[in-house]
Amino acid sequence: MPESANSVVVEKLVKSFGSFVAVDHIDLETRKGEVFGFLGPNGAGKSTTIRMLCGLLTPTSGRAMVAGYDVARDPESVRQNIGYMSQKFSLYNDLTVIENIRLFAGLYSVPTAQLKERIEWTLQMANLKGQENLITGTLPGGWKQRLALGCAVLHKPPIIFLDEPTSGVDPISRRQFWDLIQEMASEGVTIFVTTHYMEEAEYCNRLALIFRGKIVALGTPSELKRNSMTGELLLVECEPLGDAVEALQSAPGVMDAAVFGNALHLVVGDAAAAGPRLRSYLTSRGIDVSRIERIRPSLEDVFVSLITAAGAGQEGKQ
Amino acid sequence: MTEPLQPAIRTEGLSKSFPGVRAVEAVSFDVRVGEIFGLVGPDGAGKTTTLRMLAGVMLPDAGTAMVGGFNVVGNPEGAKHALGYMPQRFGLYEDLTVDENIRFYADLFGVKRAERDARSLELLRAAGMDEFRKRLAGKLSGGMKQKLGLVCALIHRPKVILLDEPTTGVDPVSRRDFWRILYELMAEGVAILTSTAYLDEAERCHRVALMHRGKLLFCDTPANLKAGLRKGVLSVTSPEPRRVRSQLEHAEGISSLVLTGDGLHVVVDSAARRIPEFEALLTQAQVPYDPIQQVAPTIEDLFVDAVGSGDTPHA
Repeated sequence: MPESANSVVVEKLVKSFGSFVAVDHIDLETRKGEVFGFLGPNGAGKSTTIRMLCGLLTPTSGRAMVAGYDVARDPESVRQNIGYMSQKFSLYNDLTVIENIRLFAGLYSVPTAQLKERIEWTLQMANLKGQENLITGTLPGGWKQRLALGCAVLHKPPIIFLDEPTSGVDPISRRQFWDLIQEMASEGVTIFVTTHYMEEAEYCNRLALIFRGKIVALGTPSELKRNSMTGELLLVECEPLGDAVEALQSAPGVMDAAVFGNALHLVVGDAAAAGPRLRSYLTSRGIDVSRIERIRPSLEDVFVSLITAAGAGQEGKQ
Repeated sequence: MTEPLQPAIRTEGLSKSFPGVRAVEAVSFDVRVGEIFGLVGPDGAGKTTTLRMLAGVMLPDAGTAMVGGFNVVGNPEGAKHALGYMPQRFGLYEDLTVDENIRFYADLFGVKRAERDARSLELLRAAGMDEFRKRLAGKLSGGMKQKLGLVCALIHRPKVILLDEPTTGVDPVSRRDFWRILYELMAEGVAILTSTAYLDEAERCHRVALMHRGKLLFCDTPANLKAGLRKGVLSVTSPEPRRVRSQLEHAEGISSLVLTGDGLHVVVDSAARRIPEFEALLTQAQVPYDPIQQVAPTIEDLFVDAVGSGDTPHA
């Protein structure tokens, strides 16, 4: 199997709807066996990109190769060589487990000679041996998730697209699901995940963030946490919180202040210098500060920061 | 801040079963005025059923629920006027404008016109939706629809607000906006009970009740909950996370281990003891890694610790 069979290669991809440019010259390349995360807020161009990569929407210009096929010239072959699983289960709830598997095997034209082996494999993988005759609608969320994954990969695609696959599922089922995904990836399957759920983004080897049709960041989760945040993050515990928020509106050097329960998260340029300065600033205004310390940003902090910066940059240009 | 004598919400032994499922089992908690209280748990934990009973749209099998001092079973009308309830799918009329939807809900709650207009302006401004008043609700983005639902649910100035997963499907940026609005409301002296399936969102609440399969696992502030996990949480970053896992997965002292995109998240009995041991193991096996760091536990760590890591049995 050539290397390209397991990859997604995107060059200067564009999709316009009338005068609106939904996807604006994006470049991407995934590696064989990589779990690649594609993130972005609603309306950023995420779904449009995925629909092009799955051969459901023709690009305006540029090129996208998926599993070695050009999405514009050969969308049929693209669709036969990918698996797709969405958060909204594509399963039929009133069919049994085995009926769903047989249905998908038919849809994906799994050859009769392989059918038995593939069904067996799917039941094993989804840990549903002995549960073949249960009605799908009565399965717990985590089980359905694994069945949906099993059905999406029955035809052994080299690339799998996952759309918020584990949102709302309990953490233990989610961890089991991602273990399965990591195992497939270690066998060389490429996984392309779209989500705006940061707990899922943490499972990706590399992440790309799309905003207003453009890729604004690309890297491993720890690279992004280390390098992509504008400023540093301070945790401040103080009383009364409402007065502190108001006072900080006009405090020098505070780029953002957000309430987190009984504490504040502040974005500042240099945490080491800002800490003592803000402590005396708040204290002199009658606010009782019990704790100020630098904290590591979460992926969500990084993404909000990147999107805010990208938004401000684009508005500045207009 | 003076502590009011009566909590805004109080449930005692609240229970509800459906055929074959004990959806809510003897759930008791209080929500105070001026507090954002989070009902946190995965899908199917019983969050929605709890909120429905509090909103008076579903009768409990057992237990009591008081909202704004009114018993939701004995005095549903009193409770109804004290609360604003936003279910997961708020009933917006897609072919009416933003303004028309708000007027409709104001009329339902008998809000007078002058009061309605002032309140509506105030809420729309807080939501950043002032300029969309003439837009059809059906033409709003998902995040905006959620915000309009909130405006409608708050038009009669309820003292107690119930929100059922208001941020599901909302992106992180809009999610922050939504929380900012909640904090502004809280400052007006209302009590807010909100549910979420995003465990990380628990961090934003003053207190949280962690629910799983109809039962309350914990109820406390996020900080106290984390302090209660008497284990160390380690973050191991590496360009080869799978190799790190194969070295560490059988090491001593591990209670849970998760392979992430560029490392491992490991819960151990003692961070001070295990960090040097693990680093020695990795160095010996010549696996590249960054110095192992101890990190704060997440609410997910607590959940997994409490529930155990076995396979999910039938709901």
